[in-house]
Amino acid sequence: MKIEEIVKTLGLEVVCGGDHLGKEVTGGYTGDLLSDVMGNAREGFLWITRQVHQNIVAVASLKELAGIILINSCQPARETTEKAEAEKIPILVSNLPAFELSGKVYNLLTAKSS
Amino acid sequence: MKLSDVRDILDAEVIVGQDSMDMEVKTAFGADLMSDVLAFAKSGSLLLTGLTNTQVIRTANVLDIAAIILVRAKKPSAETIALARELKIPILTTKYILFETAGRLYMKGIVGCLPKVENTSGRN
Amino acid sequence: MGETNQNLYSGSFNIEGGNFNSAGIVSTNIKSILKKLGIPGDLVRKAAIVSYEAEINVVSYAKKAVVNLTVNSGTVQIEVIDEGPGIPNIELAMQEGWSTADQKIREMGFGAGMGLCNIKNYSDDFHITSEVGKGTHLKMIIQTP
Repeated sequence: MKIEEIVKTLGLEVVCGGDHLGKEVTGGYTGDLLSDVMGNAREGFLWITRQVHQNIVAVASLKELAGIILINSCQPARETTEKAEAEKIPILVSNLPAFELSGKVYNLLTAKSS
Repeated sequence: MKLSDVRDILDAEVIVGQDSMDMEVKTAFGADLMSDVLAFAKSGSLLLTGLTNTQVIRTANVLDIAAIILVRAKKPSAETIALARELKIPILTTKYILFETAGRLYMKGIVGCLPKVENTSGRN
Repeated sequence: MGETNQNLYSGSFNIEGGNFNSAGIVSTNIKSILKKLGIPGDLVRKAAIVSYEAEINVVSYAKKAVVNLTVNSGTVQIEVIDEGPGIPNIELAMQEGWSTADQKIREMGFGAGMGLCNIKNYSDDFHITSEVGKGTHLKMIIQTP
């Protein structure tokens, strides 16, 4: 499933990386501990987190994640957006908390693959 | 659903609270950061987390969390288990990551314990 | 097929301690270099993880560090030599969950005490030495199986 379909279905706000929503999403990873994401997330995953500082971009880039969805209407820091644009990483925002958002994204990805 | 259903949906191991499997739960909250748990988790809810220290148990107790689901196959320390037993807070552990754990529970009808959060100050 | 184990790349990078704004730049550089050299994806992924964790440790705790990257066909070696407080008890530091991170670092999602574990798990060979008051020296080797 492409990011843009998830964006449309869940009504996510696109903060940056709008030109890269055609990326294929292979799964999701929810978490706020960067070492944990570094150790366990897989290429093509959407990362659901509340971390808004610029270091999330390095992590997303190193792990070749499809994009980042910020929960609870958290807005990324300015440097985060700048870095994300440069690294071509979409940053999306949802007004949902982690559990609900994860549930909905999981639902979409599972329905698509069945 | 009952805690026993949660256990089955998540292929979870019950570390503490074998006698609480009939407990009804309806809502869940997921977080890795203690401050988020304190700020947002609601009483009666399941807490999905990778945090295994004793502070999680204290927090769960203060907030009247129904049960703690440790994700990513995290195992609690002996002190954490002892405190959970003392305070009667069930701990289950599942090999699934938080995303999948939330996904599986959500698809079976567990809802988030919070409504939508609009325009937070982006606490960072 | 690269059996001669020829040297493909040797280079050094600097990390500034305390600078979270640029944390990750060296790892991103290293990953980019490895990809350009045609190093297999698996190795690149592991190298990215160990490099990043080491870089964040330097930024979180040390004054500065030098990172030496040596790439031979089939082997990636990353050496991180820092100037900093050093680690008094390496065995403790290697335990998952053990961390001396302050609140500010933890709130950013660092300091979960998994850095050295991740480095060890994703390296084929891992050496760590440290001297309190001087600094820490990490050497990670990742190989094609």
